[in-house]
Amino acid sequence: MATANSFSYDVLVIGAGGAGLRAAIEAAGKGVSVGLICKSLLGKAHTVMAEGGMAAAMANVDDRDNWKVHFADTMRGGQYVNNWRMAELHAKEAPDRVRELEAWGAVFDRTPDGKILQRNFGGHRYPRLAHVGDRTGLELIRTLQDHTVYLGVKVHMEFTVIDLIVDNGRIAGALAYDRERGRFHVFSAKAVILATGGVGRAFRITSNSWEGTGDGHALAYRAGAQLIDMEFVQFHPTGMVWPPSVKGLLVTEGVRGEGGVLRNSEGRRFMFDDIPDNYKPQTASDPEEGWRYTQGDKSARRPPELLTRDHVARCINREVKAGRGTPHGGVYLDIAWIKEKLPNAAEHIKRKLPSMYHQFKELADLDITKEPMEIGPTTHYIMGGIRVNADSQESTIPGLFAAGECAAGINGANRLGGNSLSDLIVFGKRAGEYAAEFAKTHAAAAISDAAVNDGMKVALAPFDRSGAAENPYKVQSDLQDTMQDLVGIVRIEQEMQEALTRLAALNERASRAGVEGHREYHAGWHTCLDLRNLLAVSEAIARSAIERKESRGGHFRDDYPDKDPAFATFNVGTERASDGSMKVTRIPIPEMPAELKQVIEEQKQ
Amino acid sequence: MAQATFRIWRTAPDGSGKFVDYKTEVSEGMVVLDAVHSVQANQAPDLACRWNCKAGKCGSCSAEINGNPKLMCMTRLNTLNLDEPVTVEPMRAFPSIKDLVTDVSVNFRIKPGIKKFAPRKPDAADGTWRMAQRDIDRVQEFRKCIECFLCQDVCHVVRDHKKHEDDGFIGPRFLVYAAALEMHPLDTEDRLKDLKDTHQIGYCNITKCCTAVCPEHIHITDNAIIPLKERVVSRFYDPFTRLLRVLKT
Ligand SMILES: Cc1cc2nc3c(=O)[nH]c(=O)nc-3n(C[C@H](O)[C@H](O)[C@H](O)COP(=O)(O)OP(=O)(O)OC[C@H]3O[C@@H](n4cnc5c(N)ncnc54)[C@H](O)[C@@H]3O)c2cc1C
Ligand code: SF4
Ligand code: SF4
Ligand code: FES
Repeated sequence: MATANSFSYDVLVIGAGGAGLRAAIEAAGKGVSVGLICKSLLGKAHTVMAEGGMAAAMANVDDRDNWKVHFADTMRGGQYVNNWRMAELHAKEAPDRVRELEAWGAVFDRTPDGKILQRNFGGHRYPRLAHVGDRTGLELIRTLQDHTVYLGVKVHMEFTVIDLIVDNGRIAGALAYDRERGRFHVFSAKAVILATGGVGRAFRITSNSWEGTGDGHALAYRAGAQLIDMEFVQFHPTGMVWPPSVKGLLVTEGVRGEGGVLRNSEGRRFMFDDIPDNYKPQTASDPEEGWRYTQGDKSARRPPELLTRDHVARCINREVKAGRGTPHGGVYLDIAWIKEKLPNAAEHIKRKLPSMYHQFKELADLDITKEPMEIGPTTHYIMGGIRVNADSQESTIPGLFAAGECAAGINGANRLGGNSLSDLIVFGKRAGEYAAEFAKTHAAAAISDAAVNDGMKVALAPFDRSGAAENPYKVQSDLQDTMQDLVGIVRIEQEMQEALTRLAALNERASRAGVEGHREYHAGWHTCLDLRNLLAVSEAIARSAIERKESRGGHFRDDYPDKDPAFATFNVGTERASDGSMKVTRIPIPEMPAELKQVIEEQKQ
Repeated sequence: MAQATFRIWRTAPDGSGKFVDYKTEVSEGMVVLDAVHSVQANQAPDLACRWNCKAGKCGSCSAEINGNPKLMCMTRLNTLNLDEPVTVEPMRAFPSIKDLVTDVSVNFRIKPGIKKFAPRKPDAADGTWRMAQRDIDRVQEFRKCIECFLCQDVCHVVRDHKKHEDDGFIGPRFLVYAAALEMHPLDTEDRLKDLKDTHQIGYCNITKCCTAVCPEHIHITDNAIIPLKERVVSRFYDPFTRLLRVLKT
């Protein structure tokens, strides 16, 4: 049998994106030993791709902003099924977390009076996103990484966790393999923090990196933790549609924040045709007002292009389906038009949106200062994830914490742009703090040899199946088609039932997936091991989506196109039943305290 | 659909390596990483390569394509001559792990040897600072670095003379890192002595090869290394400033 090395830490952090790094910093600061594991090299996590910015009500650009407005915006965006306590903590603490980054060396863009500059983003009432051009994620990850490397945190790069080890209902550690040699490693830890990011790779068209295979979601699920809100997947309205090799690649919302407009093939700004009632008071009544808003005129209201992502994505979908799409099946996003308004528009665009300029120039041979882009919806983010306690980020398994995209609650049915990066640092910090506390007050739990041996055996099985085995890449690709086609942006019961049938067949094929060769850096083998995670999260998404018989936020059902108040009172939970099947439950949402209700009422006008 | 041949470096478990030709379909808009993925999915599932974002943002997919250090995900096939085989090999300055993957860990060891950011006291009572955009433009240029290590790969002091291993030379990436700290308006630390004595900035003879390959178009030599060299010179070698310093202390 393959033998395993072992490591032991007070706190083990799985994932080195913004959430994992912030958690590691906090735990290390509390004086406990910290190990950090990531699938890639340090600094490469998906967070690096974030573009537009991080939301924090610092009021540097508009002094009417404060935590209450941010809280109300987040709840409205999430269609009120958010964990209100998380939304409250997030809105209150984000400003301090952002300022702290500056003390660690982050260099944000500045206002004329030298403060951190903030930009407009969909669903945020005031300019609220601290940013660095359109490479905010890089700034965040590099700042945290460069701070962490001086703290004595032990980093295990290119290690992949394949199982969490639980002892008597409490977390005990994790089993991992390293890419370089394919050896196994056992980590024992008093507390474990999952910060593994999202699940975008379950879909064909996605903005996510290869790492987004839902590992943390699936690890927690298999260990017995509860997931919630898995039906809420965010399809970002603007992904590239051409050329095929970059289909899905994100075009930042910042383009619309800087004045970019959406047009169909007839040249019509279709977003003005469909403005939801609850957003009408805040939305511009004509293009001129929308333009003034993007240029910082405080008396103007935002253009409809900056409505929430779920809505914009569906409007685009509708235009394309109605035959008003572009040659490659998208719509036009035009920033070049601002030359009618601004002198030196080309320079302005290049300065404000440098990586977008770069991206289109190099990948599509298109100059965005001269021509409109072709864009369409892309799978971007999952609101659902591991159910956690709002204050401590502890999951339903004692000693197991979760933060960042793999945790759920703050975003409800739809996340506002910019609320993820701030979520990472607010709740990453909290997870680190409470995990350290847990480690200080609990002894390590036992790691059973049987669990380790089982885990290794399952992991090595693909090598025994070479020969007539299934090609893991093919299974993954069929899975992505299934989710894209049947549980995508517009859903109906029958198709989702069909998806469940196909997922069962894919599960069976995945259990026959095999590879040949050596264990060293074997991409095919890694794909085999990713499959079970992708399959588990896909099933959770499909089952939760079937359970929610209404349309809300990122979840849109053609057979139930309206919001139903009866569904506003609970979150859909998924967990593993004792027979190994997936159990779906309805978890009531606790009553919001009167003060918070009042905040929401006050912000409604 | 057209076909093209990719001549990819494959290694054996004993560390030896050779080029192997793979023919694969190519279509409009494809980049080299797409071709490598297609080989992986259909012909060589155990082919090792690093990548994450496929958008030129993470700096994982560095390789030498037809001998030129580049990001595989940002190298479009229509910029290459597909009538000839396209060679794809790992960064040669670093030890091989497998196929296209190299051991870049030395870079992660270099960074903590550079003194970390140490801000001055906050400017405002709420613990914040004021900085003008024009004073941070240069630092922001350096902070665009995606740590692809292509500049390290191409620098002859690293690649041919191995001065990063036996003599502490930190290489262009970390001269950029040091410059970002030294030119940060809030930073109070002094790294000039280290740059001269331990980071060995003197080994750089300004060939500018690093600047030529930087996918982020950072002016590594002109904006980072030369100004740092000037600061070192005026501190340690310029007789007049040295005299002033002696008089002051
Ligand atoms: C293109 C793009 C642009 C975006 N722009 C913005 C924006 O402007 N503003 C905003 O707020 N949000 C934005 N988002 C969303 C945001 O970037 C992500 O939600 C966020 O970065 C997730 O961070 P994280 O720390 O939770 O996880 P990630 O950054 O995804 O990191 C996950 C980490 O977990 C590790 N990991 C995963 N599985 C395992 C395993 N099995 N074993 C070991 N390690 C593992 C990975 O290696 C990685 O280190 C954007 C997303 C995309 C795709
Ligand atoms: S300019 Fe200096 S650092 Fe850059 S490649 Fe040449 S010798 Fe190396
Ligand atoms: S300076 Fe440029 S070439 Fe060097 S590591 Fe950074 S991005 Fe890569
Ligand atoms: S894969 Fe991220 S830079 Fe190429």
